[in-house]
Amino acid sequence: MSTELLGVVVMYALTVLLAIPLGRYIAKVFKNEPNALDFLNPLERFIYRIGGVDPTREMTWKQNLVALLTINLVWFVLGFFLLLFQGSLPLNPDGNPSQTPDLAFNTVISFMVNCNLQHYSGKSGATYLTQLAVMNFLMFVSAATGMAALVLIFRSFLPQTFTTVGNFYVYFTKSITRILLPISLIVAAILVFNGTPSSFDGKDYIVTMQGDTVGVSRGPAAGMIAIKHVGTNGGGWFGANSAHPLENPNYLTNMTEMIAQTLIPVAMIFALGFFINRRRFAWVIYSVMTIGMLCLLIPTIVTELHGNPAIAQMGVAQPTGAMEGKEVRFGPAASAYWSIVTTIISTGSVNSMHDSSMALSGMMQLLGMMTNAFYGGSGVGILNFYYFIIIAVFISGLMVGRTPELFGRKVEAREIKIASIVALLSTLLVKGGTALAAWVFLTYGDADWAVKPANWLNNPGFHGFSEMLYEFTSSNANNGSGFEGLGDNNIFWNVSTGIVLILGRFIPIIGPVAIAGLLASKKYIPESSGTLRTDTGTFGLMVFAVIVIITALSFFRR
Amino acid sequence: MKTHLSPALRLTLIFLVLLAVIYPLIVAAIGKLAPGGGAGETVTVNGKVVGYVKIGQKFTDDRYFNSRPSAVDYNAAGSAGSNKGPSNPDYLATVQARIDTFLVHNPGVTKEQIPAELVTASGSGLDPDLSPQSALLQVPRIARLRRISEDQLRQLVTEQTERPFIGVFSIEKVNVLALNLALEQPR
Repeated sequence: MSTELLGVVVMYALTVLLAIPLGRYIAKVFKNEPNALDFLNPLERFIYRIGGVDPTREMTWKQNLVALLTINLVWFVLGFFLLLFQGSLPLNPDGNPSQTPDLAFNTVISFMVNCNLQHYSGKSGATYLTQLAVMNFLMFVSAATGMAALVLIFRSFLPQTFTTVGNFYVYFTKSITRILLPISLIVAAILVFNGTPSSFDGKDYIVTMQGDTVGVSRGPAAGMIAIKHVGTNGGGWFGANSAHPLENPNYLTNMTEMIAQTLIPVAMIFALGFFINRRRFAWVIYSVMTIGMLCLLIPTIVTELHGNPAIAQMGVAQPTGAMEGKEVRFGPAASAYWSIVTTIISTGSVNSMHDSSMALSGMMQLLGMMTNAFYGGSGVGILNFYYFIIIAVFISGLMVGRTPELFGRKVEAREIKIASIVALLSTLLVKGGTALAAWVFLTYGDADWAVKPANWLNNPGFHGFSEMLYEFTSSNANNGSGFEGLGDNNIFWNVSTGIVLILGRFIPIIGPVAIAGLLASKKYIPESSGTLRTDTGTFGLMVFAVIVIITALSFFRR
Repeated sequence: MKTHLSPALRLTLIFLVLLAVIYPLIVAAIGKLAPGGGAGETVTVNGKVVGYVKIGQKFTDDRYFNSRPSAVDYNAAGSAGSNKGPSNPDYLATVQARIDTFLVHNPGVTKEQIPAELVTASGSGLDPDLSPQSALLQVPRIARLRRISEDQLRQLVTEQTERPFIGVFSIEKVNVLALNLALEQPR
């Protein structure tokens, strides 16, 4: 057991050790300072030329948001039609069918918003073409969208008054060429040498030792598995995601995938510190997020190692802990660590089945997604954290009787209104959605859909209700993991979660970018001894309290 | 929005080429150098492919070391866990039935000796491994049916046991397919 815990500690320590230098590098990339990958300059110039983009042009926050939303709309249209007709398009060696319109709608939105709800199963619901041109492609560009939006916010922290906050296209392009692509190539290389397939060969059929005839799904999986973690999307090539022995063959690949998904979210915190030259502020954010993570992680590991009490009652031994839905090669400790990281970071990949986790672990996973601000996804993590900072600044200002200020700019009514709307949105989407689902389940049990509402739930009682709650929580957080027992491939779930996904993605991007743009254009007042300091433990505590209170008020009130 | 439509379309095109064509081709090229050429490493007996090294197989025959229960019956065309909640009564009845079956097939074993993994399904349904305890527990049964000494079988399990990664991380495990292949080998 101690070796298992040691594995978790080492995984986390390695992540932070790599994230600090990576953060320094990311700051250089976005500040346009000389860095190690400058040999890519010609490639980027070529991309700007083809794209018709002037990289030196500065844009206002509104122009940047319109650019961001327009390119996302293009991806939506492209992905929707590719999925709708994938059955008749090339690169379909296994002869998989086209997706239904509602499933295609859900799938393309899911990947466009850097989520992986995946109401289909990778091995029969998508073709090699759509896996590459829709899923794999969107995993890169959606992560880059989040990172680019975050850099717009970084810019607003700089100590001058601006009307422009940079160029979305440049941040977007550099996120891919300088950060996501190089790291993904390294991760993919580690995966293929440990047994993850990368060739375009179709499904294989074999007769096993015992004489059963079985299929073996394969395909160019390694590249997608790399970016699914590096970009914190989480969408699996195979149905069982990273529990699958080809998607995550051994403990080394498990560590690699784990570090890959935590790396950029943590590095972005340090990048913020280097970018605006306030490293203490970055450490305050990092500490708040880490404490939040530990509050969720420790109970989960303890309860999973303890095993299932109902099985203990039957008298069998649980030397390693709870094993339903878990793989022997990872064990409960590494599975518990993964289940928390993947829910706080909005990756949503899994190496064990969350539906079979212990009840307490399931609650911690839900809380991880409800706060969605402890590290968080590539880029969007700090965007989510940002509105908590704004609210904390406001409340602290009120408490000490000073005008609330963040880095020399007054935080006023308009900013607070936007932050409050963003903060209140999740409770509406999650609880409203779950209520609607529960009502349909009770009232229209026999509705003639692909899965009848009466058959949605895989487990009776409270746990069945949690399956529905989890699905909406996961959609709102753009997480993508699920209590996968839920029968979700039907028009109700495809459409309702599709809408929640879009709102849960773009409002928390538009809101913070708007606040940042508004703040950037305000008069810069140099900090004095009267300024509320944001790089202290006290302020960290304040932010933590705000997160806890807002989450508790949003989700615990009856 | 109109001014942004043209760069949106053109950037999408160039990144489609870079990310959906060039990137997977580079990864596939790297994969050619890996064992199995990037198509999955196979196990061959007498010139016939009997399995994939990494993917678990169904072993229910008493003469073999049995693998864990699976929600997809070890058909690697798909993959899934049971998704049963920890207190689901149907699920607990299934586990109880598995315990009873194991006890019938392994006389002399008491239920306190059965590790949970032998009566619970894995997340992928394709788990290739068992803990050494789970393999050792099956030794008396196999020794009796195959008329091999228990010591010899225990030796075999020890030989096939993979140590934790770099000696310290995770737990010891045995690949069931490799173990059963070794069992079939003439000695």
